[in-house]
This record gives sequence, structure tokens and C-alpha cells, in this order.
Amino acid sequence: MVDRSVNSFREFLAMGGYAAYVWPAFGVTAVVMIGLVVGSVRALRRDERALAALDPRRTRRMDEAASGGEP
Amino acid sequence: MPSTAALHRLANPARLARLSGAILPWTAGATVVLLGVGLYLSLLVAPADYQQGESVRIMFVHVPAAWMALMVYALLAAASASALIWKHPLADLTGKAAAPIGAAFTLIALATGSLWGQPMWGTWWVWDARLTSVLILFFLYLGYMSLWQAIEDPQKAGRAAAMLALVGVVNLPIIKFSVDWWNTLHQPASILRADGPTIHSAFLGPLLLMALGYLAFFVTVLIIRMRRELAARRLRAWRALQATE
Repeated sequence: MVDRSVNSFREFLAMGGYAAYVWPAFGVTAVVMIGLVVGSVRALRRDERALAALDPRRTRRMDEAASGGEP
Repeated sequence: MPSTAALHRLANPARLARLSGAILPWTAGATVVLLGVGLYLSLLVAPADYQQGESVRIMFVHVPAAWMALMVYALLAAASASALIWKHPLADLTGKAAAPIGAAFTLIALATGSLWGQPMWGTWWVWDARLTSVLILFFLYLGYMSLWQAIEDPQKAGRAAAMLALVGVVNLPIIKFSVDWWNTLHQPASILRADGPTIHSAFLGPLLLMALGYLAFFVTVLIIRMRRELAARRLRAWRALQATE
């Protein structure tokens, strides 16, 4: 039973002889997409932290100015 | 015009921040679920192809990436047009936030295509119309991003980048029809064609799920990047104010 599931897992990893192409294709996709998310979230956090460090009242006034004077 | 006024209200940065904050958890959740189920179907449920064997699974990450590469560029061009014509600041910001995501999808399409081409065509790369035009798409994205980087004044940078994006629109129909107009190793369209999909339904389901997952991913990352651009703009404005005091 265990032997059989180990074998079928090996078979799955082998991808019918195309493992050297299938896994790198999925791997590259995952690395690029995860990298993009991590980079984007980090940049957002950095700028939001920098904003929060400023005078909050001033920041609110800048908000109003940025949104065209609307409260 | 009332519709323009409504559009401008919607495009108000503060409102955008609120609206995007409400949508973000849903698009992020949808991304995880769609890609999770999509990957399960792609790797474990979909059958091996009778000609391509297990290598056909590369299709599930490759084809949606290529679709998104084109779709994001179309959005980039639309945002650039509205930035140039209506000078709407959020249009600029949308393009700037979308470009790196489009570049990432193009890179995925190129890399996974290469990994699929080697076992199926016997070559990693060929300078035919389809592959070359997609490589040009990648360079258009990079060019757009470097114009934003290189020009100090955001208004000038936005205008130059938008013009490049609009010139690059010619490349979209070339990519789409390259497989019909020129001889190529790349197969013609099998989903988006006038007489309906020619792909087996066992492949169609996982492919569409992965495509929806990529779309949800795009919306999620776009929202994050747009919020970041808004924060960066506020920081710039604040620092400019500080410098004058």
C-alpha cells in the first residue's frame, strides 16, 4: 500500500519523462508571481510607514489636496 | 457632461483607496482558491496528451500568461490614451502600476514557452513571428517602465511612457495573427477562434480556471501597486511642501 503510493508519487514527479521541462515551467511561474507580490507589498508598506511617520494632521491635509480639495 | 463627472468622482484617489480596500481581500482570496484548484486540476486531474504526453501540462501556466500579457498591454494602452487625452492623474498611475505585472506575465510566457518548445519542437527558441513579437512586447513593457524611471518630472515621464505604450499597440494584432500570417512552429489559436474552441474539454476546464486565477492575481497586485503609487505621490507632495517652507 505504502509502496504503491510512493511509486505513484515517483511517477508523478517523473512527468512521463518530461520532468526536466514541466517542473521548471511551473517553478519559474511561481517564482515570478510570488516575487512580484512580495516586491509590491514591500514597496507599499515602506511608503505607508514613511507617510505615517509624518505629522498625521499634515498628512490628512495632503490627502485633501491630492483628492482635489474634496474632504 | 454628467457621465464624465461621475467618472471623475469614481477616480477620486481617496475614494479609490476606500473602494480598493474593500475589494482587495476578495480578489486575493479568489486568486488563492482559483490557482489552488487550477493547479490541482492541471497537475493531477487533466490527462496526458496523446501526442505531447505529460509535457502538455506546461500549457496550463503558459497560455494564460500569454493571454494576460496581451490583456494587460491593452489596458496599459487604454490608460495611456486617457492619460494623454483627459490628463487624468489616475490613468497615469494605473499604467505605471500595471506595466510590471504585464512584464512579469510576458516573462512567464516566454520562459515556459521555451521550456515547452525544447521537448516538442527540439529548440528553446526560434526567431519566428510569434516568438519575436512577444519578445518585442516584453521590451515595450521594459521601455515603458524605464521611461518612468529615467525622467524626473512625473508629468513628462508619464507623457513619454504613454506615447511609447500607444505606439506599441501595433504589436498586439501582430502577436495575435502572427500564427496565421507567417509560417511558424507555434500552433494557431485553439481557444479564441471564430468557430469555437478546438481543444479537448478535459484541457479546457483547468485552462480556464488558471486563466481566471491569473486574472484575479492581476487585479490583486494592480490594487496593491496603485495604492503604493498613491502613497508615493503623497510622499512626494509632502516633501515638496517641506522643501518650500
